[in-house]
Amino acid sequence: MATGEFAGHIPHAHAAPQSFIRKWVFSLDHKVIGLQYYFLALTAVFVGMFLSLLMRIHLVWPGVSLPLIGDIKPETYLSLLTMHGTIMVFFVLTTAPQGGFGNYFLPIQIGAADMAFPVLNMLSFWVTFVAFLVLIAAFFVAGGAPLHGWTGYPPLSALQSAGPGEGLGADLWVISIALFCIGALMSALNFITTTLDMRAKGMSMMRMPLTCWAWFITAILGLLAFGVLFSAGILLLLDRNAGTSFFVPLVTVNGTMAAHKGGSPLLWQHLFWFFGHPEVYIAILPAMGLCSQLVSVFSRKPIFGYKAMVYAMLSIGILGFMVWGHHMFMSGISPYTAFGMSVMTMAIGVPSAIKTFNWIGTLWGGKIRFTPPMLFAIGFVSLFVTGGISGPFLAQPVLDIPLHETFFVIAHFHLIMGVASIFGIFAATYYWFPKMFGRMMNERMARLHFWFSFVGTYAIFMPMHYTGMAALLRRYSQYTELAYMHSLAPLNKFITYAAFITIAGQFIFLFNLFWSMKRGEKANDNPWEATTLEWTTATPPPHDNFGGLTPVVYNGPYEYSVPGAPQDYLMQTDAATKAVGH
Amino acid sequence: MGLALLLVIWLITFISTFIFLAKIWWLPTGASAAAAGIDHHFTITFILMGIVFVAAQVFLGLFVWKYREQNSSRKALYTHGNNTMEIAWTVLTAVLFIGLNWASKPLWASERFDPAKSGAVQVEVTGMQFQWYFRYPGPDGKFGATKPELIDPSAGGESAVGLDPADPASKDDVVTGTMYVPVNREVEVILRAHDVIHSFFIPSMRFKQDAVPGLAIHMHFTPIATGDYEIACAELCGLGHYKMHGMLKVVSQKEYDKWLAAREAEKQ
Repeated sequence: MATGEFAGHIPHAHAAPQSFIRKWVFSLDHKVIGLQYYFLALTAVFVGMFLSLLMRIHLVWPGVSLPLIGDIKPETYLSLLTMHGTIMVFFVLTTAPQGGFGNYFLPIQIGAADMAFPVLNMLSFWVTFVAFLVLIAAFFVAGGAPLHGWTGYPPLSALQSAGPGEGLGADLWVISIALFCIGALMSALNFITTTLDMRAKGMSMMRMPLTCWAWFITAILGLLAFGVLFSAGILLLLDRNAGTSFFVPLVTVNGTMAAHKGGSPLLWQHLFWFFGHPEVYIAILPAMGLCSQLVSVFSRKPIFGYKAMVYAMLSIGILGFMVWGHHMFMSGISPYTAFGMSVMTMAIGVPSAIKTFNWIGTLWGGKIRFTPPMLFAIGFVSLFVTGGISGPFLAQPVLDIPLHETFFVIAHFHLIMGVASIFGIFAATYYWFPKMFGRMMNERMARLHFWFSFVGTYAIFMPMHYTGMAALLRRYSQYTELAYMHSLAPLNKFITYAAFITIAGQFIFLFNLFWSMKRGEKANDNPWEATTLEWTTATPPPHDNFGGLTPVVYNGPYEYSVPGAPQDYLMQTDAATKAVGH
Repeated sequence: MGLALLLVIWLITFISTFIFLAKIWWLPTGASAAAAGIDHHFTITFILMGIVFVAAQVFLGLFVWKYREQNSSRKALYTHGNNTMEIAWTVLTAVLFIGLNWASKPLWASERFDPAKSGAVQVEVTGMQFQWYFRYPGPDGKFGATKPELIDPSAGGESAVGLDPADPASKDDVVTGTMYVPVNREVEVILRAHDVIHSFFIPSMRFKQDAVPGLAIHMHFTPIATGDYEIACAELCGLGHYKMHGMLKVVSQKEYDKWLAAREAEKQ
């Protein structure tokens, strides 16, 4: 339904490719690159999930030998958790929402023919892809994957002698992260430039869908954060291989003095978390933007407080760079710094709360359609609240004394940054699948998948709050050594069973995804009766997105149930009725 | 579908809140002077956040059910929001969150800003893969020098921390694998690590602090009940992290003196 007015022909920067290689492998088309990112993340998420399942099995049945891995030694367990965290944070939570859906839909939603720098876009994907291969290679080298956790604190991560996996495996880990940073930096530049320079006529910043705002702010965070992590990674690589001592003071490992002196282990933590905290928002902001969009579309109501949502995301972005010290309350930083960081952390809870209130405000008085993407958006809000509410505990240094490094932290960040963000990915998949593949995903399978995921997530992570309060520590390969942990075994078992069931449910999604590509019901160009520009163009969108035209935008992105309008929604390109607001 | 969502969201909310309230699992029993204050602040935070949690989930469930699409001709509300409400909930959450934090400041200050009082029992705690060692300065009240080149973990005891026998102050230093302290006296802990970062965690004492190579971190706590308390390592330190534990024995002053004298005697 290519309705609305168009500003005229604009020649596309690059012609539609003909060969398979240029079309599907080294493609310059943001839509293909988006799909490449998406399928990379899909592969990564199943690898990461499999690793977490092995961990859960080992925790409750420590003696059991596992498929592909054999006996789990303590160092094997630690390398599983290191790889699980690294894969999930970088190659899933950073890759799918931004690289995948952002790439595919940012240009279309702002009415552009492609990203600003198509070649850079292709490079950023392929660098990310190589980074993934390098990381996976760590499993197969002598000594295996590193055991230093996804946060890689030196001296543990800097010294070969500190444990198995700290040899070549650890080098590959650092190199992978450094490569990932390069890809992410190129991508961030591209997103920022595209958003600022390539918007269609009439698409003012304040008419952009909140998804675009989220991708834009995420890109700014990425630009500022990944550069720092990249530098830190290079320094760590030098410490490991070139005899420098950025992060390593004079240490004696098992009676042998290492050839380092004068470095600061805390310096790494500062650099890492200067990246690491904004990274949390890099993972969650796109999901926030998307769920704002979906809650509005499927409540048939304008988003409650569009401007408040934009300002909330901007303040999250700014405050996100002033709170990294809350990961370091127990690390030996100045207690005054810790308290200051803690105040900023509590402050960042405010815009997060504003967003929640606005989502619930959007539902209020709506006409809610329980489509698969909406189910996951509602699930997202619920998980975001639950994961968010444990934040103010951990943000206070006095409460961090009992809770730091326990399962309470695991529960907190898995709910809010892990699963909430993954619910965003699911919602996005169900929502945009018809535009990407021209077919609907099967709704019954989607509902079943939702209930498995929603109830399962709570069953896994809610009990971790209880074990965390009881001081169960993370990154322990067994809970046999400390007597006070023994009584928590039944709860740990329950979590493992819940993980089994939840993970089983994910195969429904995987099946539905590929089944619907071939067998799904044919979709029309705007199956959800949504207003944003991707629904004005053909399905799947042509190479230049709008078939040689550029759309003209007259309305804000969330004009639903407009009084006096012929339908219950106004496309952004509809000039007939001037909507109020924006 | 709306009703199913309402029921599931409410059930999850009420069941999990009930388990919290029933305190089936809770913080370990506190046994230090600071524990009561920390636990009290935890409870206050828990109540306030619990109210926000339940309210948000209840309204979410209620709204998805109440405002589901039905066959009626009811139209969705056409509103772009409400600035008064935006300002109200921004101010309210800001006051709640920052106020809560501010209320915890005196506790944090007494834990971390203020140094140990003079007369505190001094114990140097050294972490290494995968063992805690405890050093007491002895009658002279002075810790002897240590040298990194003398560190030999396989020998245990004094050699494990690298005590320099040439220093007169080290003559009466006692190094043990179990931590003894007298009850109701402040303990000053000097935290060190030899190889990688460890974290000294005594759940019952509400005590946690990383031990960082290159730093000597001074901390303090006051045990208020005698007994045995487990010590854990709370920072990933390598393959033996899970078994890096120790024991804190809080005893009467008399027993403590007797124990220390016996260790001194063994040394001579």
